[in-house]
Amino acid sequence: MAVDPLIELRDVNKHYGKLHVLQGINLTVGRGEVVVVIGPSGSGKSTLCRTMNRLETIESGSIAIDGRPLPEEGKGLAELRAEVGMVFQSFNLFAHKTVLANVSLAQIKVRGRKKEDADKRSHELLDRVGLASQAEKLPAQLSGGQQQRVAIARALAMDPKVMLFDEPTSALDPEMINEVLEVMQQLARDGMTMVVVTHEMGFARSAANRVVFMADGRIIEDRTPDDFFTNPQSDRAKDFLSKILKH
Amino acid sequence: MDVLTKNFSLYGKGFLGTVELTVYASVLALALGFVMASCRVSPVGSFRVLGTVWVTVLRNTPLTLLFFAVLLGLPRFGLVLPFQLFAVIALGCYTSSFICEALRSGINTVPKGQGEAARSLGMTFGQTLSTVVLPQAFRSVIPPVGSTLIALAKNSAIAGAFSVTELLGTYKTLSELGYNIIWTFVWIAIGYLIITLFISAVFNILEKRWGVAR
Repeated sequence: MAVDPLIELRDVNKHYGKLHVLQGINLTVGRGEVVVVIGPSGSGKSTLCRTMNRLETIESGSIAIDGRPLPEEGKGLAELRAEVGMVFQSFNLFAHKTVLANVSLAQIKVRGRKKEDADKRSHELLDRVGLASQAEKLPAQLSGGQQQRVAIARALAMDPKVMLFDEPTSALDPEMINEVLEVMQQLARDGMTMVVVTHEMGFARSAANRVVFMADGRIIEDRTPDDFFTNPQSDRAKDFLSKILKH
Repeated sequence: MDVLTKNFSLYGKGFLGTVELTVYASVLALALGFVMASCRVSPVGSFRVLGTVWVTVLRNTPLTLLFFAVLLGLPRFGLVLPFQLFAVIALGCYTSSFICEALRSGINTVPKGQGEAARSLGMTFGQTLSTVVLPQAFRSVIPPVGSTLIALAKNSAIAGAFSVTELLGTYKTLSELGYNIIWTFVWIAIGYLIITLFISAVFNILEKRWGVAR
């Protein structure tokens, strides 16, 4: 597995005060792979996702993206983050800017594209996520599902090598979850490398190449979705699955 | 009444002096306050220290003492400038510490996710601050910055004690000329009211235009 590693975490540790939130994490994500991270609340899966573009610092171990270790600060870190798209649970669209400006801003500031070129690309991406008609609205005028699709378009506008999704559907009404998952499914089919922290088991089953199960700051299982859902090895995973798959 | 009409040019000079002090010191305070607020939220530790020291020292020093320090202190180091400029420096630096803290509280009202989203797109600290965080912080700091600038306008009266021409200082000449002290002060107060109400009006307009919609 992982012939061509894009993200490599080696022996990553982190504490929040006394809580050892990441305990010796080793994880490799290959190019084009879709890795879904699941686990109970507080197991460290969001933290793990956020360390991959250093929104969370780590105490020991190493993280490399496409062979380059994550820089600690400054311009190098900014450049690397531009290669790593991130989608948040709370969307985090820039509240004072229109949908179009949200998608164009970083293209202009970070990639140095001309405004017309950036806007053209933004329109294409908004079209791709089905929101071409909403370009001039402010984020607050959109539904949650629409906002999250804009956030995906905004991340894609940087042409990232990998996309991180930190519980992208957890803040959405049930009827809006699917429109976001469909966009993500399409991305996965297009060959985007993705790390997805989610509680959507359906998405894990259908789109993931691998499922990583985390509990108490450790990776407990790391296997194909079929394997994991039909034949979990650890008691912790069995317990977790029995609780969520009953309904 | 005739205090004003007979001494209009004296009042006028004092009024203009106060306006000049207020405008120049406001510009200096806003610029320095902006820089110091950026320092205080910067990822670089030494910038944060600089910002914190700046605010702590200036905000906790009586303004009169600061005037003494600037007007008597700086010439000892060979820096001799017109008294009005010294007054602008003292007033501007003093007020910048309050502006800095108002701006910083505005920055803190912007949800953390906004900055994280900008950083995750590869924007630098400066870009994140100037294009994402500060424009949103600006909306919530309009009222406190307005209050701070009104305080600055009134604080400028201290400059009169250091022979800078300004509004309050006109009372000395007028009382020497034997005018009724009450009316002298009434007209001075009205002069200050004109300036402070003008600042209020400007900030009311700013707030209507850019304030946080609720």
